[in-house]
Amino acid sequence: MSDQWHLRESYTYDRNVIAEIQRAANTGIYRIRGWGAKRELPTLDDLVVLGASMSRYPLEGYREACGTDVVIGEGRAAKPVRLDIPVTIAGMSFGSLSAQAKEALGRGANAMGTSTTTGDGGMTPEERGHSKTLVYQYLPSRYGMNPDDLRKADAIEVVVGQGAKPGGGGMLLGQKINERVAQMRTLPEGIDQRSACRHPDWTGPDDLEIKITELREITDWQVPIYVKVGAARPYYDTALSVKAGADAVVVDGMQGGTAATQDVFIEHVGIPTIAAIPEATRALRELGVHRGEVKLIAAGGMRSGADVAKAMALGADAVSIGTAALIAIGDNDPRHDEEYRALGSAAGAWDDFQAGNDPAGITTQRPELASRLDPEIAGRRLANYLQVLTLEAQTIARACGKSHLHNLEPEDLAALTVPAAAMAKVPLAGTDWVPGREHLA
Amino acid sequence: MSDVTTFDLAEQSVRELNQHLHDVEGGSFRVTNPRGAHAVAAGIDADVAVEIDGSVGYYCAGMHQRGTVRIDGNASTGLAENMMSGTVRITGSATMSAGATGHGGLLVVEGNAGARCGISMKGIDIVVGGDVGHMSAFMAQAGTLVVLGDAADDLGDSIYEAEIYVRGSVASLGTDCVEKPVEAEHLAVLTDLLERSGLDADPADFRRYGSARELYNFHVDDIDAELADGGPDEVDAELADGGPDENGAA
Repeated sequence: MSDQWHLRESYTYDRNVIAEIQRAANTGIYRIRGWGAKRELPTLDDLVVLGASMSRYPLEGYREACGTDVVIGEGRAAKPVRLDIPVTIAGMSFGSLSAQAKEALGRGANAMGTSTTTGDGGMTPEERGHSKTLVYQYLPSRYGMNPDDLRKADAIEVVVGQGAKPGGGGMLLGQKINERVAQMRTLPEGIDQRSACRHPDWTGPDDLEIKITELREITDWQVPIYVKVGAARPYYDTALSVKAGADAVVVDGMQGGTAATQDVFIEHVGIPTIAAIPEATRALRELGVHRGEVKLIAAGGMRSGADVAKAMALGADAVSIGTAALIAIGDNDPRHDEEYRALGSAAGAWDDFQAGNDPAGITTQRPELASRLDPEIAGRRLANYLQVLTLEAQTIARACGKSHLHNLEPEDLAALTVPAAAMAKVPLAGTDWVPGREHLA
Repeated sequence: MSDVTTFDLAEQSVRELNQHLHDVEGGSFRVTNPRGAHAVAAGIDADVAVEIDGSVGYYCAGMHQRGTVRIDGNASTGLAENMMSGTVRITGSATMSAGATGHGGLLVVEGNAGARCGISMKGIDIVVGGDVGHMSAFMAQAGTLVVLGDAADDLGDSIYEAEIYVRGSVASLGTDCVEKPVEAEHLAVLTDLLERSGLDADPADFRRYGSARELYNFHVDDIDAELADGGPDEVDAELADGGPDENGAA
């Protein structure tokens, strides 16, 4: 027997765990990084779609219409948001991203008729200019918040939390706080910015209702207002958002990305997207607004048209992508592998978005790096990716006999694992067993 | 006066009032019977003069730009929140988060202000004739908070570059907020703000508070680098001094 068989690694203390203990012992600070949860979690891959057969009638995959549009804010806002596809670009700030990356996101979204979103740091004239439909985030920090930009927005998203860190505030380390970013946020250059996690002038859903009314008053009831929550208690958060007057509720699961957050937060706080969507949908159904007055936007680990279709079958009206959009425009591209390795990482593993030294020129404020990203080419890549997500989702919907993505329903799904069946509230494949169904209304 | 337009909120809606204020370029307005309504005179961006007879609810004069708003009464949460410019004055008291996140302009609270007055302020000047509640100027980034009365607990917690002046007592200072000397330049700022606020006080009676700037950056140790640079002696010396720096995370 070879000696190597004596080298047994611990399951409990694997190499990642050992490395993290050693890193912590050396530095005395928790690990801060970008990306989202990296550990194995239940995902939408744990669900399968039940295509049509004898009891269902499919649509012709290449010919028959399958609608993809979504309208948000109809009834309350004078100018509802009308999207051609139900895949939106999630909030990512100028500051965390380079101006070129923001422009690329705008160009890609425009080409496919969907929206982009600002982030913790305000709206830049460039991103307003490059985004036909721009959602303006209203965050606890209120960095750069002003009524002029508020009135330029096509929608306002009140951010209560995000999936990578429900209960936590934003973070932008000093390497990325250059003169312009500092000025936009009214902060000293080079500080490690740790944003507020609570809104400064409202606490709880009763206050939020009044806050939303104020935002509508300031914008003369022109645009829809979303509320974004990190997935922790999505049933209650969704119900309370509806009560507060939201036109859309964005529920961001724990696979959702971040530009910089404590690793312990990313990996251990929140619930997976597959568990969050059905609970949010249940709240909307009970309040009689599902697929109606209030739209549900699901986010957190959306990668493929299959994810889009499954999220919509679970009740979402649209999905939002962040990490996948960055990958589409060039993040973790193998072309930069040598440079990633020089930084102690590798293409496919790079998550140091907080460091500001991104070889791809996306999560950086350094001009020499940011200039590597061609916004037109990157925008085309994003448009192509969005196109594929849409075509894939339509493919699945047509196979289920649906003439619109919104016609997908939980009945079109089955689960591959018992946990997925319990979380998604669909039957385990080949059975009619939904664990916990007896506890549901 | 005939050139003053009156809105009676017993008869007209806040929506009608605000839309009118958003549509005009200037003028004088009187608002009667506000009866605690929310978002009264929110979103003004014109050289108007608005007088409100009575008490208002949340977010009165929210995101105010240019012009003046005067409230003869009290206000609830978020008075003049995220104000950009102009003047907002209240003769009574304001509850929580008065002047929150304000970027500019002058907010005068002649009475008391509740908790979190000037929270996350970003350039606004706030003068309070009475006391301020706990956590006032929390994470305050820029601007000046002047308090003629007392300040409750945790004043200026996690403050950035805003300046605080208090004439009365301070129950306690928040994390990273320290007392600083009052120099001639600060007396000049105080004199100007007191004059513009119309509140009577001697600038020499105030004490000044601001950031110790200890929380601006994470304190990161690197024992391995020290070992590579100078060998174990330096690490031992550091440990003898009381160990590595405290993690600055808040």
